[in-house]
Amino acid sequence: MSNEQLINTKQKMEDRLIPDHTVGNIYVENARMSARKVNVYYSDKQALDDVSLDIGSSQVIAFIGPSGCGKSTLLRCFNRMNDTIDGCRIEGEIKIDKDDVHDPAIDVVSLRARVGMVFQKPNPFPKSIYDNIAYGPRIHGLAATKVDLDNIVQYALHRAGLWAEVKDRLDKPGTGLSGGQQQRLCIARAIAVSPEVILMDEPCSALDPIATAKIEELIHELREQYTIVIVTHSMQQAARVSDRTAYFHLGKLVEVGETTQVFTNPQHELTQDYITGRFG
Amino acid sequence: MTDTPKGALSPKEAAKCVAGSIAARNRSESWFQFWGRSAIALALAFLILLFVGILSQGIPGMFQHYVILEVELHKDRLDPQGNMSEDSLYAGDAGGLVNEAIMRALDDPQGRKQKRAARSIMSSGSALRLNHFLKDNLDLIGQTVTVKFAVDDDIDSFLRGFITRETPDADRRINNAVIGFVDKLSADGRISYEFSDYLFTGSASRNAEIAGIKGALVGSIWTLLVCILIAFPLGVGTAIYLEEIAPKNRFTEIIEININNLAAVPSVVFGIMGLAIFIVFFGLPRSIPLVGGIVLALMTLPTIIISSRAAIRAVPPSIRDAALGVGASRMQTIFHHVIPLAMPGILTGTIIGMAQALGETAPLLMIGMVAFIVDVPSGMLEPATALPVQIFMWADFAERMFIQKTSAAIIVLLAFLITMNAGAIILRKKLERRW
Amino acid sequence: MSLTSLVLSVLMIGAVYFFMGQRLITRYRSLGKAKAHSLPHYHGLWAALTSILPGLILLVIWSIGDDFLFKQMVKDFYPTEILSKGTMDQAVVRAKIMNVVEGIAFGTPEPWIQAAGEAWIGWKSTSDLALTVLVIAVSVGSGFYGYRQINPEFRSRNNVERILLWALALSSMVAILTTIGIVLSVLFESIRFFKLVPPQDFLLGLEWNPQFEGAERAGSGGGTATYGMLPMFVGTFLISAIALFVAVPVGLFASIYLAEYATTRVRAVVKPLLEILAGVPTVVYGFFAALTVAPFVKSVGESMGLEVASESALAAGLVMGVMIIPFISSLSDDVINAVPQALRDAAYGLGSTKSETVRQVVLPAALPGIVAAVILAVSRAIGETMIVVMAAGLAANLSFNPLDAVTTVTSQIVTILVGDQEFESAKTLSAFALALILIMITLSLNFLALQVVKKYREQYD
Repeated sequence: MSNEQLINTKQKMEDRLIPDHTVGNIYVENARMSARKVNVYYSDKQALDDVSLDIGSSQVIAFIGPSGCGKSTLLRCFNRMNDTIDGCRIEGEIKIDKDDVHDPAIDVVSLRARVGMVFQKPNPFPKSIYDNIAYGPRIHGLAATKVDLDNIVQYALHRAGLWAEVKDRLDKPGTGLSGGQQQRLCIARAIAVSPEVILMDEPCSALDPIATAKIEELIHELREQYTIVIVTHSMQQAARVSDRTAYFHLGKLVEVGETTQVFTNPQHELTQDYITGRFG
Repeated sequence: MTDTPKGALSPKEAAKCVAGSIAARNRSESWFQFWGRSAIALALAFLILLFVGILSQGIPGMFQHYVILEVELHKDRLDPQGNMSEDSLYAGDAGGLVNEAIMRALDDPQGRKQKRAARSIMSSGSALRLNHFLKDNLDLIGQTVTVKFAVDDDIDSFLRGFITRETPDADRRINNAVIGFVDKLSADGRISYEFSDYLFTGSASRNAEIAGIKGALVGSIWTLLVCILIAFPLGVGTAIYLEEIAPKNRFTEIIEININNLAAVPSVVFGIMGLAIFIVFFGLPRSIPLVGGIVLALMTLPTIIISSRAAIRAVPPSIRDAALGVGASRMQTIFHHVIPLAMPGILTGTIIGMAQALGETAPLLMIGMVAFIVDVPSGMLEPATALPVQIFMWADFAERMFIQKTSAAIIVLLAFLITMNAGAIILRKKLERRW
Repeated sequence: MSLTSLVLSVLMIGAVYFFMGQRLITRYRSLGKAKAHSLPHYHGLWAALTSILPGLILLVIWSIGDDFLFKQMVKDFYPTEILSKGTMDQAVVRAKIMNVVEGIAFGTPEPWIQAAGEAWIGWKSTSDLALTVLVIAVSVGSGFYGYRQINPEFRSRNNVERILLWALALSSMVAILTTIGIVLSVLFESIRFFKLVPPQDFLLGLEWNPQFEGAERAGSGGGTATYGMLPMFVGTFLISAIALFVAVPVGLFASIYLAEYATTRVRAVVKPLLEILAGVPTVVYGFFAALTVAPFVKSVGESMGLEVASESALAAGLVMGVMIIPFISSLSDDVINAVPQALRDAAYGLGSTKSETVRQVVLPAALPGIVAAVILAVSRAIGETMIVVMAAGLAANLSFNPLDAVTTVTSQIVTILVGDQEFESAKTLSAFALALILIMITLSLNFLALQVVKKYREQYD
């Protein structure tokens, strides 16, 4: 790119009209979760500006955008993980199945049991593989007997595609697995509490390509049963894995739509610039 | 929706389970927080109890009662040799003049018992006080002057209400006659309650009213001086050597293990070592600040070494690279660049180490700094005692006034410690650099 | 010349050489000769150090050495019967001689003691004269040698820095020397003790009665001295157990609350307050325990109909526990904060409450560190001296009842060594044997704590 074009792009980014409305289809039918006019502030800094979006059931939606655009922030709003951050202020409405997640009548504990999360860096507990999976069911009282618990653990490991590899060493520490296996363990751990939605915050960024491929395959298998929201830095991954894609820029939701359409025929110039690699 | 595969609950079932568990779990959460808060409250309560206890005894301990008398300064009786020398004053009869003064104030009581009662009001240090007064006011000799004398500690206890009239005469430490005299003195306005000038100017004494901490304070200062003169160079030198110079070999490891072990050795063992090596083997005198300082220095060494190492390690390697890059030698890099930057951390660690050393008692007991030292030590080779040891010795005395003076001494000690620690924290905050 | 003035003279000679050396090299430079290798002050320092160091070393060795020499030489004056007596009696004799030397008149000493004292005075004055002359000569001489070496090519700075390096290396030897000193002094005297009292009697004996030792030697038949250390061992154990019973729950819960629940403002206020508890000298705790806590415990106990000693183990243990609270809370705070936030996030993400996260994820992860902290606290409690000396009794009572008065290993050490000491008697030496046990226990506990942390770090990282 010539110098001129570089400067041009930079200017576009800075004083280009970031739209005051989102391009594309915000709404879906039978939305599992929804956000309406959400603003998020970390102390004085605004991370999300007037974002509205629906999350469709049994679908995978990808959040893409450059660093600091607010995609992880929005993700963490859905299971109120932002509550753990000091100085974080949330305005707007977030709903799961018509229930407002900030309603005091809804305990955040039950919300998080319905909306699971997988983090960027695999974070298995320093416990055995079995105990890692069993942790969730135990604290929520999902298993009445040991047999029930065993069943849940087995089921979760099966669904995460990990059973064959670990069935003989369930009592070994979870930290002893490889990076990719640890992340699948974390996914299994999330599955064990029977969530409706699984939020994934750049789950493959710390993994090698083979492990990444396995996780993407897993997402594909899980999409029927769960609603999945995945934040990703890699557009190729978003293209491979998701049904819908939402593009964020500097805290605003710029465009959302069917993945194929967003990647082949983006409606907004900023989306196009990002996708074509004009900036990252 | 597909059928729920065997082995897991459907989301709806799971949600119901979770909802059912919430109430109990929130209760246990509240209990957990309650225990946490209680623990903190308990610890703080202990702290408050300790300080309130010390202050409630210690602040009255800083005051004592005095009796104001008119004393005739007879030249011949005070200074028989006429030259105001120590011998002359010692041979003089200051005590007699004081007795006469109190008799006058009580309208000349008659009879041995009465006279004895009157004399018992005065502190045994009154004669000495009169001599000091004379030395400071030579021009007043021959005149009648007004002097404030400390009352005996029993009288002081009575005036504070610890010895009561209600107790039968035979069981009381002071008899009715004495009480009668004290009442008269009070009625005449001769009794005053003031800040104790004995506390800071007096030295060890078996009599509570003239006991003070001056000797102990000076002893502590000498001891700490020796301690820091030894511990600071050795400690910082060791830290520099270990961090900057020593190769990472077995020998260096041994030194480091040694230092960590020394940090864990009880303080009394350092005292034992000091006794066996410096006093018995080397034949140094007991009870002197030099030995005390050496022992405390060896004890404080690990603290200074560890904190200095941390401070030196915190200096980024880029500084060293820059200095070496312009041609400084290794020593020059260390002393011109690294040490000045690490100094705040080193000083903080040293001050904290000194504060610990100031409060140490057991090692000093072992090397004998527990003798009854009346004179103020004038050097590090004179027998001395230290403030915490003085507190330890006074704690054995059961008189109420001693309890209060001990608490007052504790307040002084704590004041020093708080100042030193606060100083260290302020120093650290002011000079801290964020790399 | 007195020691101080001699030291000062050596330093002054060094200072003179410093200026001379500096001036010499500056003169070279101004004469237009080759540029000096080192800066002038390094040359000056070199000359100064070559004069000061040999002089001071000689001074130190001589002043320590001459006393040893005289001690041997003075034995020539002893009548034969003294020579055959034990070292304690010899020490008494030596003390009398020293009185003569120092001019302290304590009655009339025997003629041979007087003669020995006067001879000593003579030796000392000769030695002092020789010392003064030699030290000054050495200082001047070696300084001159160093001065002669100064020229522009001479690498003064390197030499000075090498001396500095050695100084730093030597200072780090002090730590090793201290350890050796501790081990030797305690071991030596303990071995002498075990020659008088068999180890098994000491380690397993149930009665501690050293006070009969004097009577035994005087032959008054008041009873035999026994040196069984178990009562003290049990006393130490009992009081430490009480202390930990107080400190561990309070310290641990306080640190959990501060680390996980408290706001930054609360933490900023409470943490320093807890640290104050650590900064209070133990003698103050001891005073408080003896004055306030012990009578309180006694009155509460007696109002409940229990028999409580006026110096109960409970009182001492309680106060010691308070002293240890900040120890545990600050070490635990460090380990709890070291647990990665990612683990907590994982637990919250699954829907844990805060207490569930702490109890089931954070604490198990922090457990090795917390265990190590407790072990270190035990070690601290065992080595504590002043609180037990002032608040616990001196009665070597073998009891597990917290309301009784017991004594501890450290308290006995203090009691024995603060009184009159005769380094021959088993009583004085027993203090060293006790110290040996104390050191072995505290060091093993420390080693154990280190191992715990090391072992579990491997497993969970």
